[in-house]
Amino acid sequence: MVYRIEVFSTIPDMRARVRLKKLQAEKFFVDALEIVDVYTIDSSLTLHEATQVADILSNPVTQKTIVRASEDDTERLYSDFNQVIEIGFLPGVKDNVASTAREIIQDFFKKKFSSGEDVYTSQMFYLKGNFSDDIIKKIVDSLYNPLIQRASVKSIKGKILFTVPKVKLTVKPSVDIIPILEMDDEQLAVLGKQGILNPDGTSRGPLALNLSYMKAIQSYCKKIGRNITDIELEFIAQSWSEHCKHPKFADPIDEIPEGLFKRYIKSATKEIRKAKASEDFCVSVFTDNSGAIVFDDEYLITDKCETHNSPSALDPFGGSITGIVGVNRDTIGFGLGAKPIINCYGFCFAEPTDTQPLYKGKNFTQKMLSPRRIMEGVIEGVNVGGNCSGIPTPQGFILFDKRYKGKPLVFVRTLGIIPRETTGRKNYEKKANAGDYIVMIGGRVGKDGIHGATFSSEAMDSGSPATAVQIGDPITQKKFSDAIVKEARDLELYSSITDNGAGGLSSSVGEMAKESGGFHVNLEGVPVKYPGLAPWEIWISESQERMSVAVPKNKWNSFLELMEMRGVEATIIGEFTNSGKCVAEYNNKNVIDMDMEFVHEGLPKTHIQTQPKNEVYEEPSFDVPSDLTPSIKSMLARNNITSYSFISQQYDHEVQGGSVLKPLQGRGCVNADTTAVRPLVNSQKTAIISHGLNPSYSDISTYHMVACAIDTAIRNSIAAGANLNHLALMDNFCWCSADDPVRMAELKDAVKACYDYSILYGTPFISGKDSMYNDFRGFDHEGKPIKISIPPTLLVSTLSVVDDAKKLVSLDAKIPGDYVYVLGETREELGGSEYYAMVGEQQRGKGYVGNIVPKVDATKNKKLYEALSKAITEEIVSSAQSVHRGGIAVALAKTALGGMLGIHINLTFIPGTVKRSDSILYSESQGRIVVTIDPKKSQLFEKMMGGNIFARIGIITSDSLFKITDSAGKLIINTDIKTLHNDYTSTFGGY
Amino acid sequence: MNEFQIKKSDMNKSNISKPRVIVLSGYGLNCEEETKYAFIKSGGDVDIIHINDLIAGKTSLKDYQIMAIPGGFSFGDDTGSGNAFANRMRNHLWHMITDFIKEDKLVIGICNGFQILANLGLLPALDNKYGERQIALAHNDSARYIDRWVDLKFEGSSPWIKGIDVISVPIAHGEGKFFASELVMQQIEQKKLVTARYFNGEICKYSNLNANPNGALHDIAAITDVSGKILGMMPHPERAIDFTQRPDWTLIKEQYKREGKPIPVHASGIKIFENGIKHFLQ
Repeated sequence: MVYRIEVFSTIPDMRARVRLKKLQAEKFFVDALEIVDVYTIDSSLTLHEATQVADILSNPVTQKTIVRASEDDTERLYSDFNQVIEIGFLPGVKDNVASTAREIIQDFFKKKFSSGEDVYTSQMFYLKGNFSDDIIKKIVDSLYNPLIQRASVKSIKGKILFTVPKVKLTVKPSVDIIPILEMDDEQLAVLGKQGILNPDGTSRGPLALNLSYMKAIQSYCKKIGRNITDIELEFIAQSWSEHCKHPKFADPIDEIPEGLFKRYIKSATKEIRKAKASEDFCVSVFTDNSGAIVFDDEYLITDKCETHNSPSALDPFGGSITGIVGVNRDTIGFGLGAKPIINCYGFCFAEPTDTQPLYKGKNFTQKMLSPRRIMEGVIEGVNVGGNCSGIPTPQGFILFDKRYKGKPLVFVRTLGIIPRETTGRKNYEKKANAGDYIVMIGGRVGKDGIHGATFSSEAMDSGSPATAVQIGDPITQKKFSDAIVKEARDLELYSSITDNGAGGLSSSVGEMAKESGGFHVNLEGVPVKYPGLAPWEIWISESQERMSVAVPKNKWNSFLELMEMRGVEATIIGEFTNSGKCVAEYNNKNVIDMDMEFVHEGLPKTHIQTQPKNEVYEEPSFDVPSDLTPSIKSMLARNNITSYSFISQQYDHEVQGGSVLKPLQGRGCVNADTTAVRPLVNSQKTAIISHGLNPSYSDISTYHMVACAIDTAIRNSIAAGANLNHLALMDNFCWCSADDPVRMAELKDAVKACYDYSILYGTPFISGKDSMYNDFRGFDHEGKPIKISIPPTLLVSTLSVVDDAKKLVSLDAKIPGDYVYVLGETREELGGSEYYAMVGEQQRGKGYVGNIVPKVDATKNKKLYEALSKAITEEIVSSAQSVHRGGIAVALAKTALGGMLGIHINLTFIPGTVKRSDSILYSESQGRIVVTIDPKKSQLFEKMMGGNIFARIGIITSDSLFKITDSAGKLIINTDIKTLHNDYTSTFGGY
Repeated sequence: MNEFQIKKSDMNKSNISKPRVIVLSGYGLNCEEETKYAFIKSGGDVDIIHINDLIAGKTSLKDYQIMAIPGGFSFGDDTGSGNAFANRMRNHLWHMITDFIKEDKLVIGICNGFQILANLGLLPALDNKYGERQIALAHNDSARYIDRWVDLKFEGSSPWIKGIDVISVPIAHGEGKFFASELVMQQIEQKKLVTARYFNGEICKYSNLNANPNGALHDIAAITDVSGKILGMMPHPERAIDFTQRPDWTLIKEQYKREGKPIPVHASGIKIFENGIKHFLQ
């Protein structure tokens, strides 16, 4: 029996009001809009029981319900409206609200659903107004994503149809033998590229195995004297994937046989640790799911940053929620399980005002979502993922460049805390032992996320599940996260744990089996969402919210009992062994039977050759504007500088009770570069987190782009009170066209800078990640082929630990009369700057790049940062703002806006070599910080800063004026704080 | 239950004279640890108990004097914030709860906890109708989750709010707009069940923010039942325990330092928890 329960609001529904306003803002002339939530229940309930269900799924104070038992039911809502659009999920797409509804219903009747019974949700949008078919189509397009959802449009009088998006799989699951032994090179190359074919001739999705990899597999097959099964080939493809093996960093490159990672990143950390000797704070680096450093005597703090770019381009909400909830599992999966304590985000988008469409397919097919849709969906995904998980999200950034239009970058980062030991057992080490059960906990396996981001162009009709896209389910994860890190870990109920992320079980079980020396899995034991999955699908599915755990046999009963008590599904799916073999059986037959050594070490290396780039850009030439007031107003309104408080405010940054420096600081609520959190409610120990990235410098030099990113991330941290002696870095490389020798030369330069500057600052890298192919190939708005590659982007993240929260410094000027200082030297370094971009856009419709990119003098800077740290520890600095995008003028504006106080500055005093006033204001020279100091402390401050380049350049005032005078005594900027605040907050005011 | 957020030195649980507090957890509640800390700082003896352990009879509410339902995202707010968790409590724990509130015991629901109490019908329970839903916490006017600080002005009478005039604390919710029918609202006002309203105070002036963050009718941030013993509030006082949790602490510190005044240790949210504990010490 199918029932349809429709829940509608009896009070003004603010969701509908806000949606209506948005449609009206997009010039869709809708007069009124109402939203109705629909639960379609396919079960053996009686009508009376269905009515009871309607009561428990709704709130009588604000809602009413209609229960329909038949499509012939004639009762209609909002009969004076014109159209109704209904949007629901495609079969097999994760429907979190439906899962909760199912749980509520089962709990109420104290009876489990039987197989095949289920709940499905959808939403009806009732629209009033006069619409053409074209307008309705556009409205529908703006409301749903055809990759994961279905939409139906009806007139108000139309029949209400019952849709049950149940997954029906008709193909009988089987294991195919791939005749690899008989293939020639050409056939091997095609198979490696296209992937295994289904019986109907379509591809299962790319294997991404190049010819040399395929030949290695073929010769292994010769050695073992048999052909390979489809699941074995898929398994190897996952194990050897870019995501798991990072060949661009691991393979020999030019004169470096050991590859970039070992030569430049791993070795830098090793050298720094050695030099620090007893002061070494690293505990677990590059080996586990996160990096870990010392927090205090009892605890370690962990850190990990991931990207989720391709999925976010297709389904921005699903991609980003899966990203943030996924990186949480890198915390839960660190050692024996760390507790997630802080989330961070970083989004690189194309300008949201860009409305020119892009298409994946020829002839205007497979239209990509607009930059605005991508931006909104991505922001919303981290909102739901972070907020629902009870993890504060204080830190983040947004950055815009039109080259992120094909693929946005979605950085997600999670920090965790873990006691070093529980009754003598080290929690940061783990080992699955032979004989331990392989246990899967959390969600079930479905077709979602098979072959990750590869997206089939075949139309999705009822019955064919959406495979490419996953949607995170933070509550399922929260349940097992709490059960693991707050209970099971300290009861010592398991010996190892890892995340089921990319590659699913194939990757998690494969990795953990390295600890014991082998595994034996029974694929029929894996809990599935619906019947009919093929063994290879079960093995590589990336269905979310799952972890693999190694449970000793004598702990299994206690482990299972605890998981059941916490509402977490836990299932034995096999056993770890020491056989040296990877074995999986299905229908009593071994469908995987390979040597561990081949799976993990068998991939051949490729010698990468690079070719340096030689490009010189036009050097901009324009006169210094006599009045620079308009320039600062425009700069503060630019996407890359302006306030994004609408994001900061919708992300809970205070849950867990440890907030110290918030994302919005001062009276003016200025977005801060650095935030700080106390992870332990009863300790003053504080984690200071920040980041740096400068992709616009990549056009000129990736080496200096990286140097600046490292310096910016460190400088931001230092300005808030971080300690350079206890500061760790993480790298996230997002590159493009990684098979192009020129791009690889850029990568090589970039990684070398990581080595140089981490050594100079004595700040080790503890974890990193790369995403090498951020290119879009498709068609532009005229249907012409187009390739869009992102600018090479390195995100550097910092984590520092300090003793006393009360000594940290916020960015806002505090008290009129305080002196304003700038620390560091200003040079003529405007290549790749925001000012050049702005002037170019104003003058010729396209930003200038220039050639003189900022360079970092780390030795000088380090001395300066150490002096400032000391001054901050002695509590004589009242505010500090790092100088980065937009130069000194923007840093001064943020200082003043933070306090909503006036500021008077004389350019003459700014130390440096620059002549032009606008260059002084907007140069992006590194190593500079603007601070304000109590006049009574100024002598002491100047003494402490002795030996460094710095100067007093002005004063904080109560007159609310923003005034800057040049060397001739002429006012070149003269405006007031309220005006500037308006400029700073208006760009994203309506977002 | 592991309690690693509370260091061993704070785990002074042997003292039986301390009022005993149960803080519920499970299914996506997520503020249990900081709520526990707030009660410990106020002198309570606190246990975090998973709701399923109560249902399984492993623990009983009888052993406690204060029940706190903390903030969080139980069941992801699906089917309406607090609804699913309230259903679970009603299905399994209803008698235990009604026994608890008959005695001289206190209940506090914060944010998601308030939404759960409202859905359970423990607030405001006009006409003694405990169990009937009479109010709702609806979607914010912005239809968006928001985290910011607010100023609260207290009124009415309840053991929870004795001696408190105004405090500044954060809110963090997507569904916090207090709603009741006109009839219910009249009675709530008449019986003086409103405990706190949003007003334009210290923090709003500091950050130039509207007083009412979500469109709550009558600016209501918190109410009690008629007995005054059951308190529901949308704002998070447990996030305003220490001075450095305030958004303006760096400014206040600078001002006080120059005036030679001592730097405060606490933020003002702790008073609520102190009142709860004091109720059992008098």
